[in-house]
Amino acid sequence: MRAVTEISNNHEFSMRIRKVLQGTLMPFIAILIALAIGAVILIAANFNPLQAYQAMYLGAFADFSSFTEVLLDATPLICIGVGLAVAFRCGIWNIGGEGQFYAGAVTGTAIALYAPALPGWILLPLVLVGGAAGGALWAMLAGYLKTRFGANEVVTTVMLNYVAIIATSYLVSGPMIEPRGTYPQTAQIPDGARLPLIMPPTRLNLGFIIALLLAVGLYLLIFKSSTGYAIRAVGINPEAAHYAGIQVKKNILLAMAISGGAAGLGGAMQIAGVTYRLFQQISPGFGFTAIAVSLLVNNNPLGIILAGILFGGLSTGARLMQMNAGVPAVLVNVIQGLVILSVVAFGAYRILTMEREE
Amino acid sequence: MNSPILRMENIVKTFPGVVANRGVNLEIRRGEIHALLGENGAGKTVLMSILYGLYVPDSGTIYLNGQPITIKSPKDAIAKRIGMVHQHFMLEPTLTVAENIILGQFPSWTILNKQRIGEVHEKIRSLSNQFGLGVDPAARVSRLSVGEQQRVEILKVLYHGADLLILDEPTAVLTPQEASRLLEFLRDLAKKGLTTIFITHKLDEVMQVSDRVTVLRDGQVIGTCETRETNPRALAKMMVGREVLMDLHRKLASPGEPVLAISNLRVRDARGLPVVKGVSFTVRAGEIVGVAGVSGNGQSELALAIAGLIDDVAFDRFQLEGKDVTRRDLRAASHRHSAHIPEDRQKMGMVLPFSVSENFILEEYSSPRFARHGFLRGQAIRSYSQNQVKKFDIKVSDVSEEIANLSGGNQQKVVVARELDRHPGFLLVNQPTRGIDIGATEFVHQQILAQRDGGTGILLISTDLEEIFALSDRILVIFEGEIIGELPSDRSQVEKVGLMMAGKRDPDRE
Ligand SMILES: Nc1ncnc2c1ncn2[C@@H]1O[C@H](COP(=O)(O)OP(=O)(O)OP(=O)(O)O)[C@@H](O)[C@H]1O
Ligand SMILES: [Mg+2]
Repeated sequence: MRAVTEISNNHEFSMRIRKVLQGTLMPFIAILIALAIGAVILIAANFNPLQAYQAMYLGAFADFSSFTEVLLDATPLICIGVGLAVAFRCGIWNIGGEGQFYAGAVTGTAIALYAPALPGWILLPLVLVGGAAGGALWAMLAGYLKTRFGANEVVTTVMLNYVAIIATSYLVSGPMIEPRGTYPQTAQIPDGARLPLIMPPTRLNLGFIIALLLAVGLYLLIFKSSTGYAIRAVGINPEAAHYAGIQVKKNILLAMAISGGAAGLGGAMQIAGVTYRLFQQISPGFGFTAIAVSLLVNNNPLGIILAGILFGGLSTGARLMQMNAGVPAVLVNVIQGLVILSVVAFGAYRILTMEREE
Repeated sequence: MNSPILRMENIVKTFPGVVANRGVNLEIRRGEIHALLGENGAGKTVLMSILYGLYVPDSGTIYLNGQPITIKSPKDAIAKRIGMVHQHFMLEPTLTVAENIILGQFPSWTILNKQRIGEVHEKIRSLSNQFGLGVDPAARVSRLSVGEQQRVEILKVLYHGADLLILDEPTAVLTPQEASRLLEFLRDLAKKGLTTIFITHKLDEVMQVSDRVTVLRDGQVIGTCETRETNPRALAKMMVGREVLMDLHRKLASPGEPVLAISNLRVRDARGLPVVKGVSFTVRAGEIVGVAGVSGNGQSELALAIAGLIDDVAFDRFQLEGKDVTRRDLRAASHRHSAHIPEDRQKMGMVLPFSVSENFILEEYSSPRFARHGFLRGQAIRSYSQNQVKKFDIKVSDVSEEIANLSGGNQQKVVVARELDRHPGFLLVNQPTRGIDIGATEFVHQQILAQRDGGTGILLISTDLEEIFALSDRILVIFEGEIIGELPSDRSQVEKVGLMMAGKRDPDRE
């Protein structure tokens, strides 16, 4: 204990700084690099990158009402992101947030449309819980295939994404199509199933608050609860966890259920708070962006709130860039893709170097 | 002729909250075997890691053959013909022995065709024969016991060629026979001009093999002396700073009811070959049954089977604390009725990126002591951990520190402290003092004996005969997956046990 008490403050301080830089600054550098590459592409396509990025920034942060749009976009990202964080902490590469989001949206819509006329204070919670259950079951399918047959979850969750998206297309153009409607979409859900607006006239609704509560709840779950402890132990050293009597398979299934449940809740809230009906492309890829959101902050649910807002800003801004600077949608998608790619690449780099340091 | 091959001058290395080396001066002569002694956490591994390019010192200079050098990476070190075998093995378990040995050797575009692999295998085989290491180049590392992995690590250094060999606690996992073979082999290497730095906690090995010995304490050199001018007692005192009891006082056991009764236990390995072949024995409350054997004779599998961690296991009867256990609920029953100190602490015993306190609760994290209403009781866990750290004298700046940053011996103490605190009816102990210094070994032995006296039935698996005889009340000898004899734990039996471990079923007859 003697040598230990002697603290070399200087060294510790510089280590701290380095850790903080690696933890927070690096991902933002990643985003800057992506935007720089995007600028080159914009120039090549004969657009003024400064103008385009200015439109993007103003679109997201110019005034309060555009910022509420950002928060609206951030809501599904936060929901899916914090769910993914639980799976990632358990060592499972759940790439299926998108499919789980769809599963939740479908279940939520079905309950909202077909449940017998119920008062709102029952119907709305039912829609949300049902959506979460739908997403959880969808994710547990992949979890079951992994724990039972050893099927790689990356493969199964990606395939289940396709299944969910295609099934949704089928449902909204057939079985669930709006009565007497021609578009592939369902009827509007009843008022009782809708999330109340919290800042009219903006579209911001209770869903955002629920997403925040979910993030805080899952933060507590991961870092402060005994369940989260077991999930993390399984994620890091399944062999030692098993040796210590922690049930590895049960925890994998549980983590998947929580993960899918959060995404499913996000799906149901998208219906109940934003679109009020189900249609084919209900998600512009929230499930994939959420992977970057979670990796950006090292799978910390509280950090995911900020990262979700950041990415919400990127996509809201991108839409405005398209409208106000005339940049075609494809290019906008390319730039968004670049940002996600570089964040994921940095996340992977960090994970790899951390493993090497062991 | 005895010009120094290596000189380390004023080496300082700090980590956040810890000074690991505080101005170390070390001189190594060409061709000598230099033993490095010191308590757990004294800074031995860090010092050697600096030499091997794993850490950069804060200050200080290293001279190799009189020239000041900087060593930036292990690759650098290998190029300068410095080789190191680590305390915690660094083999890739999914690869074969040969693949591990040549890992990183060839440029990445080299095609490893049959012929090239054949040459590698041939070279490994001839080295292995030359030094009597008994290593099969085609074996998959995950299938090897710790003792065998150790030999692979040594072979790896020899394969790449070295003038200076660093061995960090190489004998911690070997039996006396294996160890003395290794020591002889080091002597041979020394005759051929190889210089060796040899870290150990075993004083008799220092006496037996080294030319000189340096003692570290608290990151400082206490002294260097010629081995023939010193003795174990003096060394121990230099290390710990006080007199160490070399002999334990052990009360006579008073065995009670059986806590573990096994009959005809059979285990097959992943290839379907039998590794434990019909083992039957009983452990009673309040006694310590020692299992002696050369590593790789089925002890690891026996331990894993008792812990319920092996799938391919069969038995006629398995009783824990008087209750019959079936194959299906072996895992759960074993966890309920027993505590285990695993052989491989890093793989089985702890979660490396977790903090020390998180590792303390690995088994009992959901018990009311540590969790209420599903939430971890941070304060309770913290103060419990601090108590354990104090009781076991674990060297750590704070219990929130990652366990990966602790020295090997201190990691082991965390595992031992955790398992002994579960107060089980049955305790399975596999190499409990692997890598622990003599002072701490004395303490852990006393703790194990106290558990026995408190009525716990203990199965002690160890390749260290000293330990077996110091602790056991009865001794079972395991050889090639069978228990080939039971003897009383009496010093007069040491030789006999040694012979039986080598496979002589009836040593009396000759
Ligand atoms: N990477 C690290 N980060 C922080 N502290 C470290 C790190 N590596 C070692 N230490 C600390 O440095 C000190 C010396 O450790 P070292 O591993 O050299 O001990 P040792 O003499 O090899 O002990 P043992 O006999 O137990 O192996 C210990 O207090 C340890 O906690
Ligand atoms: Mg060490």
